[in-house]
Amino acid sequence: MNVDLSAAVAQTALLLLLAPLLSGLIKNWKAKLQNRRGARIWQPYFDLVKYLRKDMVISEHASWIFSVTPGVIFLTALSAGLMVPLVTANAPLGLFGGAIAVVGVLALGRFFMALGGLDPATTFGGMGSSREMTIAALAEPAMMLAIFTVATMAGSTNLGQIVLAGQEPGWKFLDAPHALAFAAMFIVLLAETGRIPVDNPATHLELTMIHEAMVLEYSGRNLAFAEWGAAIKQLVLMALLTNLFFPLGLAPVVTPAALGAGLAFFAAKLLILAGAVVLVEFTNAKLRLFRVPDLLSAAFILATLALVSTFLFR
Amino acid sequence: MNFTPAVLLAVSLCGYAIGAGGGLLFLRRERLANLFCFGASALSALSGLAAAMLFLVGGAGATAPQFELFPAPLPYLHFSVWLDPLSAFFLLLVSLLGVAIAIYSLGYARGYFGRKNVGVLGALFNALALATTLVVTADNVWLFLVAWEIMALAAYCLVSFEHEKAEARQAGVLYFIMAHIDAVCVILGFLMLFQAAGDYGFASLHDIGAKMPPGRRDAAFLLFLVGFGIKAGVVPLHIWLPAAHPVAPSNVSAFMSGVLIKTGIYGFARVAFDFLGAPPLWWGVTVLTVGTISAVLGVLYALMEHDLKRLLAYHSIENIGIILMGLGAALIFLHTGNPLLATLALVAGLYHTINHAVFKGLLFLGAGAVLHATHTRNMEEMGGLIRRMPQTALFFLIGAVAISALPPLNGFVSEWLTYQALLQGFGTTNSLMRLIFPLSGAMLALTSALAAACFVKAFGITFLAQPRSEHAAQAHEAAPTMLLGMGLLAGACVALGLFSVQFVRLLDPLTQQLTGQQLSAQLSAAHGLVLTSLTERSGTVSTLGLSLTGLCLVPIPFALAWVFARRTKVRVGPTWDCGQRSLTPRMEYTATGFSKPIRMVFKALFRPHREVQREYDFSPYFAKTLRFDSHVEEVFEQQIYRPARVMILRAARRVRALQAGSIHVYLLYIFGTLVLLLLLFAI
Repeated sequence: MNVDLSAAVAQTALLLLLAPLLSGLIKNWKAKLQNRRGARIWQPYFDLVKYLRKDMVISEHASWIFSVTPGVIFLTALSAGLMVPLVTANAPLGLFGGAIAVVGVLALGRFFMALGGLDPATTFGGMGSSREMTIAALAEPAMMLAIFTVATMAGSTNLGQIVLAGQEPGWKFLDAPHALAFAAMFIVLLAETGRIPVDNPATHLELTMIHEAMVLEYSGRNLAFAEWGAAIKQLVLMALLTNLFFPLGLAPVVTPAALGAGLAFFAAKLLILAGAVVLVEFTNAKLRLFRVPDLLSAAFILATLALVSTFLFR
Repeated sequence: MNFTPAVLLAVSLCGYAIGAGGGLLFLRRERLANLFCFGASALSALSGLAAAMLFLVGGAGATAPQFELFPAPLPYLHFSVWLDPLSAFFLLLVSLLGVAIAIYSLGYARGYFGRKNVGVLGALFNALALATTLVVTADNVWLFLVAWEIMALAAYCLVSFEHEKAEARQAGVLYFIMAHIDAVCVILGFLMLFQAAGDYGFASLHDIGAKMPPGRRDAAFLLFLVGFGIKAGVVPLHIWLPAAHPVAPSNVSAFMSGVLIKTGIYGFARVAFDFLGAPPLWWGVTVLTVGTISAVLGVLYALMEHDLKRLLAYHSIENIGIILMGLGAALIFLHTGNPLLATLALVAGLYHTINHAVFKGLLFLGAGAVLHATHTRNMEEMGGLIRRMPQTALFFLIGAVAISALPPLNGFVSEWLTYQALLQGFGTTNSLMRLIFPLSGAMLALTSALAAACFVKAFGITFLAQPRSEHAAQAHEAAPTMLLGMGLLAGACVALGLFSVQFVRLLDPLTQQLTGQQLSAQLSAAHGLVLTSLTERSGTVSTLGLSLTGLCLVPIPFALAWVFARRTKVRVGPTWDCGQRSLTPRMEYTATGFSKPIRMVFKALFRPHREVQREYDFSPYFAKTLRFDSHVEEVFEQQIYRPARVMILRAARRVRALQAGSIHVYLLYIFGTLVLLLLLFAI
């Protein structure tokens, strides 16, 4: 394991460019299912450029925390992304941290986002921060148990090692532990990326919003980086789900052919997972805030069962 | 003179003693007393720090220096100290905190000028530091217990330092009672060890458990667990902690939370790993379970607090729980015959011990600065302090990130090691019992996520947004010495986070002593840049690498901003107020509001009480007066301690009948006792 600089640069570019596309795709598909035409899948790129070009208004009550927060969200999401295998089996910076570090780095971004919500002295921001931190706290144990399950089966918390273990012959993709852990992680994914039924990414200025409430006061390039960071985080989490549980096609060696295949497989897996997310969003209504813990405890129980099944169904 | 660890330790102990004496000498000259006492303790702590560092850097081969403080006045009573690796590690912790807190106190104690006697404060602080240093360096049971008691008494005096407040008096008494229950347990435990060994030197107690009958060994273990558990603040023995820490002067709170409760961990590690011998399975399981429960309950109660210092006190309970998770897992692995894993878990626990000392010390000092500036501990009256106290805010933020176990700071590293130990523990046995590892790992995840929520609240409500009271609006930045003290600890948080591999090397002699293993070579990869969990394959992390990555990525947003946003303007405007006239601080989210979702989710535990009284003329929507009351129930206080107190008082009332007040009756008692004794021993 080594740190490969060119791979790191390539993966950074991939994360930066692919993340808005994925958001656009999900929005577009959702619109189609709701019998609307929807915006083009490229729309998030235009939005980001538009935000970047706009002037900023910063609240008179805000401190430097408010201003550095978008940067922190953006950089933590990118750093976490560099530790996750996207196309190659070994992530460029896999040496710097595995599953636990990815969770930790993303949590750092969330910590600052919540502070950024409280900083401008608005009620909406505080509301969003409070809810975000609550939901994150409840999602964390389920996520950690699911990661524990995969990690114990592979004998490593290092994501590259988990992927390589998954590519060995005799690995079952959908045995009980993996299926249950995947289900748990999927629920966590919905919560962490602010999707229906936990949060509604399409709502603005309603009392139900969580993520949008925290970034409500942001404008201009601050908003661009906050949104871009959130999109990258979504990509990272989805990549974590697809590549840990279905390590199919990830390039074990760096050759053009293997990379091409890896990219194609990655794109296909992302499309399928995005489709699943869209279906869930389309068929469900948003849950009341105090029903969300039930959903997350279901994820926790699924993850516990996954763990138990690692030695019950051998 | 040759600066050996022994000399430096002696200098440090003398320095504290001189500082304590000086405080009493200069009772009427507060400026001089302040300078002398805290100057002396800062220098003594520095000397202790040097002693510990010199010894630990020497590696596993260094011989433990041992010397007598003064000739024994009585046979058996040796006032002698030593510096074995475990002592040296805790001396490092005590002294590191001692330096920072003493420097901070130089500024903080000025707040008491003309109000309270600073000489007394300084003398007691030095006495506390001296006793704590003696506790961790004593080489025999006698001196340990004497120092243990002095430490408890000095801490009692400091908790009730502001004794004109009823709250401080009550907390002092509670602490006094709990400290003595704990002393009783510890003394009984040591008596049992003494019976088996026939000697009370620590060296001859090594592995004494092997010679004890199992029943007695288990009894001794339980006594120590309760005794040291009270000192450390383990649930359900924790109740003195949230009462005593907030009312003590803030420098003392920092010392108590950072150092004093760690003596419980020191005692436990000493007894469990050095004295009691090969542990049975249930010891480790008990400790791990107790640790997990403490961690989760500690953070949950912390979330419900809006008293800044009480909140921090509850977090100490949480972190002691995390430390015990590491130590408990180590005991289990020793039982199952995995000394390497046991060492990993032990390193995780001890690493978290020093981490918690550093960031909790820092946070209490920060809270002290806030208290000093706003004269309130109630977070609902704070807000906006980041503009008025920018440096304090920055230091508090560093502490908050560290305690929330977020990379790249130190809390993350020790929790990462704990996760790794728990994760690998899953494969060590085949019984169903192994589920305890991932489940406590999940609870650790819950704990650290809740801690992050709690510190978003603590930092956000205290330092961000608009000031919620006049006090907060007129706050001022802390004195330079206070900032220096906080800055030292903030620097330690960063250093312990980034240079974990280098720090683990210092633990080598210690693990060699306790488990016979040295891990630093195995835990290090890529030339000391990367920390591994025993092997590179099973997991790696590098906080330094992550920070460098973050730094390397910083140009990206700047470049993007330069390309697209060069011509944009930045305007400062009002926060969007939904078309209202203007936002007032009363519209901000409060600490109580912030934690409401968590209060609702865990309402089975908290049993929140909510009472609203409205007075209105024609419609409840136009209330003239509104009274709102909300509080949560402390289960342990309600269910265990209150009934116990009622029972004790009732029993005392019964016994009081004996005390009739008439001398004749007392003479009768004496006569009766005499007859009884004669009968008993004559027959």
